[in-house]
Amino acid sequence: MTTEVGSESDVKKVPEVQQQTAPASAEPSQEESPSDPEAAASPEPSSPPADGGPKKEKGISRFLPPWLKRQKSQSQDKPGESSAPPKQESVEAVQEEQEETHGAGAATASTEQTEEEKSIGSADTQPVREEKEEETKEEEQVIPHEASGLSALKLNKKMKMVVCHVTLLDGSQFSCEVEKRAKGQYLFFQVCEHLNLLEKDYFGLSFKDNAEQRCWLDPTKEIKRQIRNSQWQFAFSVKFYPLDPSQLTEDITRYLLCLQLRQDIASGRLPCSFVTHALLGSYTLQAELGDHDPEEHRLDYISDFQFAPNQTKELEEKVVELHKSHRGMTPAQSDAQFLENAKKLSMYGVDLHHAKDSEGVDIMLGVCANGLLIYKDRLRINRFAWPKILKISYKRSNFYIKIRPGETEQFESTVGFKLPNHRAAKRVWKVCVEHHTFFRLVSPEQPTKTKFLTLGSKFRYSGRTQAQTRQASSLIDRPAPYFQRTSSKRISRSLDGAPVVNVSDYSQAAGAGENGPALELNSDSKSQQVEVVEEPDADAATSISSETAFETDGAGAPERKSKLRVQGENIYVRHSNLMLEDLDKTQEDVLKHQASISELKRSFMEATPDPMPSQWDKRLTGSPATTLRLQAQGSAEVKPEVNGQPEVVEVVEETVVIEEVVKAKPKSPAPEVPATVETECAAEVKEERSLSSDSDSEEEAEYHAQPPTTSISTQQIKEEPEEEQEAVLIQQAPPSGIESQPITEAAEPAPSAEEEKPAELPEEEVHADEPLATPDEAPNGHALQAEAPPTLRAAPTEEEEPHIVNGSTSRVEAEHLPQVICCSEPPVVKTEMVTISDTFAAQKTEISTKEVPIVHTETKTITYEAAQLDGNGDGEPGVLMTAQTITSESLCTTTTTHITKTLKGGLSETRIEKRIVITGDSDIDHDQALAQAIKEAKEQHPDMSVTRVVVHKETELAEDED
Amino acid sequence: MAGLMSGFGSFTHAVVRALPQSLAKEALRTGSLEVDLLKAQEEHDKYVSVLKHRLGLEVVELPADEALPDCVFVEDAAVVCGDTALITRPGAESRRKETEAMKAALTELGLSIVEMTDESATLDGGDVLFTGREFFVGLSMRTNQRGAEILADAFKDYAVSTVPVQDRLHLKSFCSMAGPGLIAIGASEAAQKALKIMQQMSDHKYDKLTLPDDLAANCVYMNLPSKGDVLLHCTPEEFPESAKVFEKLKDHMLIPVSNQEKVKVDGALTCCSVLVNRKKNI
Repeated sequence: MTTEVGSESDVKKVPEVQQQTAPASAEPSQEESPSDPEAAASPEPSSPPADGGPKKEKGISRFLPPWLKRQKSQSQDKPGESSAPPKQESVEAVQEEQEETHGAGAATASTEQTEEEKSIGSADTQPVREEKEEETKEEEQVIPHEASGLSALKLNKKMKMVVCHVTLLDGSQFSCEVEKRAKGQYLFFQVCEHLNLLEKDYFGLSFKDNAEQRCWLDPTKEIKRQIRNSQWQFAFSVKFYPLDPSQLTEDITRYLLCLQLRQDIASGRLPCSFVTHALLGSYTLQAELGDHDPEEHRLDYISDFQFAPNQTKELEEKVVELHKSHRGMTPAQSDAQFLENAKKLSMYGVDLHHAKDSEGVDIMLGVCANGLLIYKDRLRINRFAWPKILKISYKRSNFYIKIRPGETEQFESTVGFKLPNHRAAKRVWKVCVEHHTFFRLVSPEQPTKTKFLTLGSKFRYSGRTQAQTRQASSLIDRPAPYFQRTSSKRISRSLDGAPVVNVSDYSQAAGAGENGPALELNSDSKSQQVEVVEEPDADAATSISSETAFETDGAGAPERKSKLRVQGENIYVRHSNLMLEDLDKTQEDVLKHQASISELKRSFMEATPDPMPSQWDKRLTGSPATTLRLQAQGSAEVKPEVNGQPEVVEVVEETVVIEEVVKAKPKSPAPEVPATVETECAAEVKEERSLSSDSDSEEEAEYHAQPPTTSISTQQIKEEPEEEQEAVLIQQAPPSGIESQPITEAAEPAPSAEEEKPAELPEEEVHADEPLATPDEAPNGHALQAEAPPTLRAAPTEEEEPHIVNGSTSRVEAEHLPQVICCSEPPVVKTEMVTISDTFAAQKTEISTKEVPIVHTETKTITYEAAQLDGNGDGEPGVLMTAQTITSESLCTTTTTHITKTLKGGLSETRIEKRIVITGDSDIDHDQALAQAIKEAKEQHPDMSVTRVVVHKETELAEDED
Repeated sequence: MAGLMSGFGSFTHAVVRALPQSLAKEALRTGSLEVDLLKAQEEHDKYVSVLKHRLGLEVVELPADEALPDCVFVEDAAVVCGDTALITRPGAESRRKETEAMKAALTELGLSIVEMTDESATLDGGDVLFTGREFFVGLSMRTNQRGAEILADAFKDYAVSTVPVQDRLHLKSFCSMAGPGLIAIGASEAAQKALKIMQQMSDHKYDKLTLPDDLAANCVYMNLPSKGDVLLHCTPEEFPESAKVFEKLKDHMLIPVSNQEKVKVDGALTCCSVLVNRKKNI
């Protein structure tokens, strides 16, 4: 049933997007049709001429890895060709973002769900209906949905089909052809159909990423994007272990759950005692072989079964003994008994992840139906039930949970964990979001408009919740389907579906190569980073200066460092310190803050059950050196293998901001547009060397846990003051942030002022696919116009979203830096700011020292600014014409483009600001990337000049000294 | 068919140990009270008699060892759950040898024995609270993390959570199970704090029975065929207020057992026996 899948995700979502969100929403649809030029240009009423677009995109496209291009361009171009239409790609990227939001966001979910619920009883009718829907919608919008089955049929000739191999729970293989751009859902539904499974919400498909890590296939996203260049090989497995399997409606569902649990047990993922192994094994035998037959079932009739990771003769004997006692039990009854016992096991349904606590101690995070469990060496040392958790978030390789204050506590506290790498952090976060939604909410959270403009990942669980699926399955009305119970003898085969993680197997995590030469490597990478900073600058300078009056002395960069620190007084530097201090605070403040944090922590531990204060104490008093070493290990890894190392933790992160302010002739007839156009280019390209398995590359994201009740009625209850702060940020977000204007002013006066500049002029720069910002009236009197609206820039900074920890918000980000810098500086300026978080650490009190962030970051910002011929510092705020955020998911390349229109003295300037974020390990070629980025920027706007380049570098430091 | 985690409190056997003369003088104690050996002896005899005669358990009586003044407190030497017995490594050096006789007795009963061989691990059975659904292990002066880990390893079916114990000898110095899902807990701050931790750590909901006296919160619950819920608890003479609380448990067969002397050497009711369930079927 090819049709069923795509329709659900695509059809429903895309249209809605459009309807709901005016300009911004146009994007997705356009994006959807890369091959449809018209679509691209059409919807935006206010969208400026599209001519600038292609050019620009072309440049950007180069950053996209070949495979991405391939994917996009399949209908038109050859993969990997540099000529691949850039536009397509970037557009796609945006779309994905959107889709992610919307798809997951379940704005549509309710409808969808109701429909599904209704139709679930009759599986047959469902597809048909969906097909219809899809057709209608397609016609309406003239948007081909690549992923949808129907369109797949239509465009059959063009579509490339791929064969997916799915390992089922009984170990058999299921293969099916899917269109190359099919969404996860499509394949999943194929499998469910093959299995004749209706209660499918408990299950999912997983794949191994390049790092050999099991990842869940997001149903709402394209498969291709998720698996990257891995095999099209999946495993069908249980994603949400039902708390009470007896409440499942169908035996077939229980059977599949049994199969999963047998795997879990055999692989050691679900630890059991001897007796339990025997008991469960005996039910397995009864289910699969029927009554014990002394004739047939001789000595070794069971030796082919695997009942335990280490099966002994003794166990087998016990199994047989018990098997005999189950006489008369039907397979379904046996399965039910099996589940009744298995569900009581303490690790039933607990999804384990290796992590370190804030002191660098190895722990395991266990995500389960009720919340988050913390284990250390098999022992549960803490537990955070969902109701206790206010927010979960991740940033880089850190994962945070914000805890609701207890009765006696006044403050929320945030607990942070260090995961082996960014992807791992994101994985835990996602799993948490999903489990929370599935088990605790009545219906999936529906992010409101603003919600998905929040920075970071917009991932939300979009499937049915347990409540919904129960309701749905109560409507199942079909004769119990016949199914074949295959012997689990085969269970010893591939345990593909079960990522084996034991509570106790820390060795794995540690063994990944973090131990040895980590420190050396680190220092290596450090020095390399420095180079990186310099070189690119030089490059940038050369490349840019040739065309523009750009002044750079790249070589001088390093020596300037120290000076710069002094110079930088006017520079606002905040770096993302992990445990999140506000760096703009004075040292005193920081100290105070530290103290209060530690106090808070202490009180948290006292009032809220801290499992073992003594342990904490121990850790606290442990030598900082140890901690630091641990941290270093955590953050730096030796890559054992060549490239594409999954294991690699991002060590270096760079942010490069290139701003071009160029005099350009208005390319398009803009009514009031006078001669001069100042263009400011700010692009943000983010490159992550580590191959993240997910298509979304956000460095971080937040998720606010909501009590079930909340979710029913209001989606967004503001529980915290902090939420408001977020709101501010949200509004800063590019497209829609602007639309939803009114709200904006609140937070930062200056920024908002900029945002609100009047923008009536259609912009040449604006590409059809760019969401048009409908600017409001701009209150003037804002002095700094050259520096694009801070807010605007902040917005694109998805990767660097400020993180909230310990109840304090450090919104401030490194990214903001450039802006401020620019503002204050006269014509030609080059500044560099280096901040090493350690200095802070050093100044902290004893206690705070130990609470030093796990990851030390070095923040460095270099600004090059060309003389502004037209006196761009005259304080006239510009007009925001367009803002576009393009997130390409290649190796995590994010490109953000803002176009600002400035009106001043009868002149209209267009400023394009580009922000490029390159994230990766030491061995990524930053120089190259940067140079390339600058070059691209120039190529895109040959008629503009580069007026400012800000290189902002942030590095995770290896803490080898001390 | 007895499934996993069914039959909480059902026991068939009890292992006890006679009181050595040395207890009066040499047994470890947190206080400094004089023990009347005769009275203590009498108390213990009554205790054993209740198990044996009143409740009909098969009582395995180990002989006293004068070299082990604390040997009467058998609970610390082993943790038995289901068919598995974990022979502990008591936190007090002087008590390590107590496990030998216990191991022999439990082996005799046909339990599968797990020994704590790790030299760095210590665990007293008095720090182990089994609720029927999970374990809580008090991290105390006598029990450390490693000991708890080994316990977790021995009883893989169950969650094992650690609970810091401060100002008390053992976790069970102020709490115990008074029924399925019913935790008897002392009213002291330390006890309440520990309870809070346990509640947070658990996926299960427990009722609590709060007793004004911490020591009274140590009681022995059993669920015996033909007798139903049985509770050995403090006498009104020792803890009048707490005894009243117990008396409110209408459905339990309440058996006040005196513990006046043994408490002087930190012995509580649960300390004096290891209860075992050895039914024929699983």
